[in-house]
Amino acid sequence: MDRKTLTAAFPLTVPVLMGYLAIGIAFGLMLQSAGWGVGWAALMSLTIYAGSGQYLGVSLLAAGAPLAQAAFLTLMVNFRHLVYGLSMLEKFRGMGWRKLYMIFSLTDETYALLSSAKAPEGVDEHRFFFTVALLDQSYWVLGSVIGSLLGSALGFDTTGVDFAMTALFLVIAVGQWRAAGSHVPALLGGAATLASLLIVGAEDMLLPALGIIVAVLALLRPRLDEEKMREEGAPCP
Amino acid sequence: MPLTPVQTLASIAVMAAVTFLTRALPFLLFDRGDHPPKIVLYLGRVLPPAVIAMLIVYCLKGVTFTALGGWAPPLAAGLAAVLLHIWKGNDLISIFGATVLYMILVQGVFGA
Repeated sequence: MDRKTLTAAFPLTVPVLMGYLAIGIAFGLMLQSAGWGVGWAALMSLTIYAGSGQYLGVSLLAAGAPLAQAAFLTLMVNFRHLVYGLSMLEKFRGMGWRKLYMIFSLTDETYALLSSAKAPEGVDEHRFFFTVALLDQSYWVLGSVIGSLLGSALGFDTTGVDFAMTALFLVIAVGQWRAAGSHVPALLGGAATLASLLIVGAEDMLLPALGIIVAVLALLRPRLDEEKMREEGAPCP
Repeated sequence: MPLTPVQTLASIAVMAAVTFLTRALPFLLFDRGDHPPKIVLYLGRVLPPAVIAMLIVYCLKGVTFTALGGWAPPLAAGLAAVLLHIWKGNDLISIFGATVLYMILVQGVFGA
């Protein structure tokens, strides 16, 4: 990582710096209040590196969830990353050894930065992308560590800090709601999960809910896909 | 801390592996220039909002309606998150504001 690339990449990442410090601090606090200290916070942020996934991870650890359940819920909460990868296939091509890290570190925020970012004149694009991704993760690890240390040093009552996860999902939902061509998927997701909660109960609600969602979305495809095509004025490639 | 350190490590390893898999799968499947099937592209587009809505309901599964303290704090803080986000459009303000409000409500107003 050379100075010129760093100087070009840093300003772009400042919004992520603020966001990751805050969300990372909340994560560190949550994990600390659940009984796992700073080493665990750093380990999770280094190896998992997913905001909503790690929030969920805290509740899975705290509940002593079985590994299969942890795997399933992590898959659900990170499912949207599949879409990010699809739109980064071209951008990451030819990145060599850096590509593995680019794929590993493709969070919502890094995706958002990279999908619109252009390297300035004279800066190697691949190095630029890599530096942006690396800076973002360093903020995330830093935030988690600060939060964990704050939690243990201040010893204040952190009851309710887990609402940060709900708030994060609500914020993502507001963004999706504005960007979406159709609100049917979001409404369906809420309704199907509520029905599942009422019928099968809180323990096993997610798998039936997801089954209904995928089935209904597949059935609605002729309608929803057409909407998308009309919007873009051209059929999908 | 209901898990032993080894169990915790195993859980973290599973979460890390699954997270990486969700990010790597498109590259494993479609990086050779093949076009992803249209149904995959379609689901990739419509599933994320549905899944986030699902997770919001999942987060709120513990809400009870027998006492005011069971539903008023999540409702107020949830509304705060949405309204702050529509108003300011800043993730940080929305998440931080809503969480602080929730903590005040459950610890102070409806707690103790």
